[in-house]
Amino acid sequence: MSNFWSCYIIAIVALNIGLCLWLLNWTCKISSDEKGGETTGHSFDGITEYNNPLPRWWLWLFYLTIAFGLCYLTLYPGLGKYPGYLHWTSHGAHDQEQMEYEKQYAPMYAAYYAVPLEKLAKDSSALQVGNHLFEINCAACHGSDARGARGFPNLTDKDWLHGGSPQQIEETILNGRDGQMPAWGPILGEQGVKEVANYALSLSDRKVDPALATVGKPRFAAMCAACHGGDGKGNQAIGAPNLTDTIWLYGGDEATVIKTITFGRNGHMPAWKDTLGPERVHLLAAYVWSLSNSASP
Amino acid sequence: MNKIASTDISPPPGGPVTLDLYAQRQKIQVRSVSGFFQNIRVVTIWGMLTVFMALPWMTWKGRQALLFDLPGRHFYLFGWTFQPQDFIYLSWLLAIGAFSLFALTVVAGRVYCGYVCPQTVWTKIFIWIEKFTEGERNARLRLDRSPLTINKVLRRSMKHAGWMAVALATGITFIGYFSPVRELYGDLWHLRLGFWQVFWVLFFTATTYLNAGWMREQVCMFMCPYGRFQSVMFDRDTLIISYDAKRGDPRGSRKRGSDPHALGLGDCIDCDMCVQVCPTGIDIRDGLQFQCIQCAACIDACDGIMRQMGYDKGMVRYTSENTLETGQPLHVLRPRLLGYVAVLSLLCGLFLYSLAGRIPLTVEAIHDRNQLYRESNDGTIENSYLLKVMNESQQMQRYSLSLEGDKAIHVEAMTPPSFSLRPGEMVSLPVTLEADPGYLADSHYSIRFVIAEMNDTNVKQAAAGSFLAPASR
Repeated sequence: MSNFWSCYIIAIVALNIGLCLWLLNWTCKISSDEKGGETTGHSFDGITEYNNPLPRWWLWLFYLTIAFGLCYLTLYPGLGKYPGYLHWTSHGAHDQEQMEYEKQYAPMYAAYYAVPLEKLAKDSSALQVGNHLFEINCAACHGSDARGARGFPNLTDKDWLHGGSPQQIEETILNGRDGQMPAWGPILGEQGVKEVANYALSLSDRKVDPALATVGKPRFAAMCAACHGGDGKGNQAIGAPNLTDTIWLYGGDEATVIKTITFGRNGHMPAWKDTLGPERVHLLAAYVWSLSNSASP
Repeated sequence: MNKIASTDISPPPGGPVTLDLYAQRQKIQVRSVSGFFQNIRVVTIWGMLTVFMALPWMTWKGRQALLFDLPGRHFYLFGWTFQPQDFIYLSWLLAIGAFSLFALTVVAGRVYCGYVCPQTVWTKIFIWIEKFTEGERNARLRLDRSPLTINKVLRRSMKHAGWMAVALATGITFIGYFSPVRELYGDLWHLRLGFWQVFWVLFFTATTYLNAGWMREQVCMFMCPYGRFQSVMFDRDTLIISYDAKRGDPRGSRKRGSDPHALGLGDCIDCDMCVQVCPTGIDIRDGLQFQCIQCAACIDACDGIMRQMGYDKGMVRYTSENTLETGQPLHVLRPRLLGYVAVLSLLCGLFLYSLAGRIPLTVEAIHDRNQLYRESNDGTIENSYLLKVMNESQQMQRYSLSLEGDKAIHVEAMTPPSFSLRPGEMVSLPVTLEADPGYLADSHYSIRFVIAEMNDTNVKQAAAGSFLAPASR
């Protein structure tokens, strides 16, 4: 806020308070033309108004609101740039409230954090907390039932891009993952992509054009096997998907696979370490692991 | 017409004058009076106080029968547990209360104000304490004027101690509706109350003390909205407390036994008793005034005097404007009243009907927002939902889910398939629905998630939802 606007606001506030004071003083007495002074002198369509005075303390209440306003403006922000004696801010209030909640729930999270993941995944109350955390933080991409969506892996099956052990899941949530499939279109050309796609689909026993697949096989070995492995079973160390199963992250029809090879794919799982902290991630990992290891109740 | 102030404050006649729109409040010292209506008020006032004080102590199946647990968002009323989403019932109740009040006001004026309003109840009790410690009206007026003596200090402190005791009991009892009253009393004696409990107890103690001790009739005159808009419900057949001017005027004092007609006087002996007993400090002989709360103290006072004078009672009485002017009998059944009664009966009927049909179970189904549907690897169409189920009953319940809608759609996964909820507990359950696209002709199907108690067929609630599929295949 510039000095001009700060002064502008201060001037308006001061003027308003001053006007209120003046108005109160001005309106607590009226001058009546009525002889005898029984009515207020107001006459509308022949109806006159008796003066039934309000109690004096009522007037004090008005003055009290002005006093309250002055106290408020001293303590809290309101006068332009002046931050107020208490230095109150809305984000400060939010942070403080959050800190209080943290303090309240810290012992619970600490207790869960000390339990190994395999054991935590059998604790129904821990799973309930994990479920709540999942619905708030993860369901937007992975779905409330954790079955994923196109481009977002299903977490309830046994197929894992980066490993499905509880510790690997925790690592994934903590630090995030990046799935990089380069674009092969410019290198392979349209026909080359088609051949490789047909070969890749043949790995999961799909009906393909055998001629194309045969030509595609050496191309696959040269270009793709480095990540997906010679047998196409993928590599969890770098997050390369297994191509021999029926699970396709971006879709398994021929057109989609051709698109995937031509333009590549960029999968991104954000790191939750800073947002949630290791204790909550621990609970989430236990919950996610429990989904595919049905020890859950 | 104020008979207490004796100094002439009227300004000199002629010319414009300055009027003060705020004036010092005139303290009203009420003379006590007994009689037929005051006996009724003793019953209603102590009755109301007893009900207020006793209700929190009632138990229902081992729990406080009336408990409004604000932090927990549970409102226990005997066999019912209400949640914030049941606030519609409170609206019903408030509407019923309002229409009862309207109907009552059309017939009999401000009887609520005079007989059962908490402001009246507590003011009256405070005045009894005042009478007990400081004496009758004349003694109190003397005490007000007297210099500070040990006697005055003693009596005043006794009065305020009495007021404070009642106010404190009121404050604690009131908080007892919101915080279990037995624990509250236990914690109170052991000085273990939490900050907010202490705050609210003191808050309601202070407001009771101020409203019933110091504010009194000012609450009715300047604060109560109901008192101010009640007059619109009055008509010429409404019962009001009225002075029969035809009978009473001209007023004047006379010796007992003398013939008023010979003196050219009416029945009113101008004794001022009706003014002295009025808790709002008005003179009923000036006609109907907005301050009148219809406590009937002036009726009892006047009837007593009339009996002493050997006149008929009822110079000040419950009557209607119509009856007073024309002498016709009271006309009770009016279209306005019948209208209020009709609306009131309708409201009561609907309220009881909806309450009797209330199922203590809430089910909501929220379709996932990120994607409308999903194609699984084996080619089926899946929709995922978050199902929120809340047990609003007072028992442990075990529920199972079933689906109503197109036969092609079925529940693919829900963990767990059936589940138990404690009273007041809520769960969010992820549910996946699945359908074979070969059986789907449409892109949109209406379905219903039915949650049913496994042992009680009456407890069954459904939530509507949509199953979405690709538009063209």
